[in-house]
Amino acid sequence: MSTMTNSTAPRPDLPALYRRMLLIRRMEERLGDVVQSGELPGPVHLYIGQEAVAVGVCAHLTDADWIASNHRGHGHFLAKGGTPHAMVAEIFGRDTGICHGKGGSMHVADFSRGILGANGIVGGGIGLAAGAALAAQLDRKSCVSVVFFGDGGANQGVVSEVLNIAAIWKLPLLLVCENNGFSEFSPTSTVTAGEIAARAQPFGVPGITVDGNDVISVWRASAEAVGRARAGRGPTLLEARTYRWRGHVETEKSFLSEAYREDGEIAEWRARDPIVRLEMQLLEGGTAQGDIDVIRSEITGEVERAYAQALADPTPPEASAFQHMLA
Amino acid sequence: MAKKRLIQAINEALSEEMERDPRVILFGEDVKISLFGDTKGLADRFGDQRVRNTPIAETAMTGMAVGAAAAGYRVVCHMMFANFLYTGFDAIANQAAKLRYMTAGQIRLPIVYMAVMGAGRSAGAQHSDVPYPMLMNLGGIKVAVPSTPADAKGLLKAAIRDDNPVVFLQPARRGGEQGEVPDGEHLVPLGVADCKRAGSDVTVVAIGAMVRHALRAADILQQENVSVEVVDPRTLFPLDEAAILASVRKTGRLVIVDEARTTCSAASEIAAIAVEKAFNALKAPVRRVTVADVAIPYAPTLEKAVLPDEQTVARAVREVMGAGR
Repeated sequence: MSTMTNSTAPRPDLPALYRRMLLIRRMEERLGDVVQSGELPGPVHLYIGQEAVAVGVCAHLTDADWIASNHRGHGHFLAKGGTPHAMVAEIFGRDTGICHGKGGSMHVADFSRGILGANGIVGGGIGLAAGAALAAQLDRKSCVSVVFFGDGGANQGVVSEVLNIAAIWKLPLLLVCENNGFSEFSPTSTVTAGEIAARAQPFGVPGITVDGNDVISVWRASAEAVGRARAGRGPTLLEARTYRWRGHVETEKSFLSEAYREDGEIAEWRARDPIVRLEMQLLEGGTAQGDIDVIRSEITGEVERAYAQALADPTPPEASAFQHMLA
Repeated sequence: MAKKRLIQAINEALSEEMERDPRVILFGEDVKISLFGDTKGLADRFGDQRVRNTPIAETAMTGMAVGAAAAGYRVVCHMMFANFLYTGFDAIANQAAKLRYMTAGQIRLPIVYMAVMGAGRSAGAQHSDVPYPMLMNLGGIKVAVPSTPADAKGLLKAAIRDDNPVVFLQPARRGGEQGEVPDGEHLVPLGVADCKRAGSDVTVVAIGAMVRHALRAADILQQENVSVEVVDPRTLFPLDEAAILASVRKTGRLVIVDEARTTCSAASEIAAIAVEKAFNALKAPVRRVTVADVAIPYAPTLEKAVLPDEQTVARAVREVMGAGR
């Protein structure tokens, strides 16, 4: 089935993937610290632990391709080329934010880079991505559209509506379900029947399950799916099995009366850290520890600069609250 | 000028705009065979890529309209009956209405969601609503409600060219009605009301299918020496406040005829505007003629009982005339 096995097949640029995954991790860790300090105006949903999925998929995309994301959208924004400072300034409600402080964490979007936006409605991006796929098909420029949703979003009816319509029209669409174990505060097994990837099969759409903590596996599977879409052969559903290290929302311990998972489970998944795994793969592949250290230190600096600048940036003028509703 | 049916005027608007701009696309359930006739022939003329039948999947359709518009197309999404907007409401209320605002104007969303609205055909409660009040409250959606073939054509052409999401609601029972439509390019700007009949004693603001009842009531009342001015807002959001207020200041009396249920109807909004901004001009309390807060019943006798008609409008005008101060 795989078209990626011959010797001329492209190979992932592992240092580049590592750099991008580490950027997401450090940005999100820093955001988690800010939440603890109480300096953040609104809720945030952190992507820590799932970095291999966004990065492995988006490595195949250009600014001319589209993605639609969800409430846990910072990783997708950064993986698709969104600017770290513009994202964090948005989350701080600053005028320099990518949406000038009018969207916030759940609505970071950059249309100039093909980012249709994070989305506060679970499953809300799925129809949008299908529409962008329709536009891409009409444009005939071999562009594709990708939607990221979770195992929670997989239970929205729009998934089957879009699988159906994308299959009939052969839309250049990749549906990426990040199965991170939890539908908000409910373990997936308690609210989700069967296998998510298998839901594609009745529509005649390939449904593929990958290890979402292995960026190389994600990269390979999405290379094939994106290739299919670009070639006009229609949609693919990719289920990436991963794990949400942090809460559904960062502040959840302040309002939840009981735990919904065991600490041991989190520890078990932390031992399968996709970034540590990629480091091992880099070292095995001959990358020097010194080169990895350079990347780490560069990312630390980039994250520090993004946060320092965003914190120093001005808040938007009040009058802007009354603008941009209509064109 | 030529006499045309409302459906024919809409078909011409779609055809002319698709001819004019290759980025206009249209999709919806059964748009090729065309239940109402408004999209008939478009697939033959513009091809299967630009004109597509969709599955019955309103959630996907309304969302895809947003995505395709964000990606550079002008999208006409035919929803068939206006009640079906509810099935696809997330993409309208949470996505289309807010995406531009939430991203500080990064994008324009040229979308027309078109549908047939209103009662009077014994179609039952789930095919008879006029859902514009809730649409008016969203803020990011323009709402067009034509009452004549000419306005239907002109408003739809303007809606397709508009860079905002527009819901275009055509009155269900008026599809076969004939009216004069100007020849050549005919545009009716969104947000501009039209005085359908000039008068001096009372202003009747009537929406969509209610305009005809208002005009007939005006004929009846003329026999009683009451001069009725009939104002058709044509667009409910943005609303042409200036035109409505100018008429109210002239006549000093206001009746609003609206096929929506009373609570939070368009009539309620128009009444509030008049009382807030033209209170000193009012000689009598403002009257709303609306549907009671009930669903639309099936039996013709019951349906007739809940809908405004020329008699209920005439009665309301007489009350307002007699309630002067």
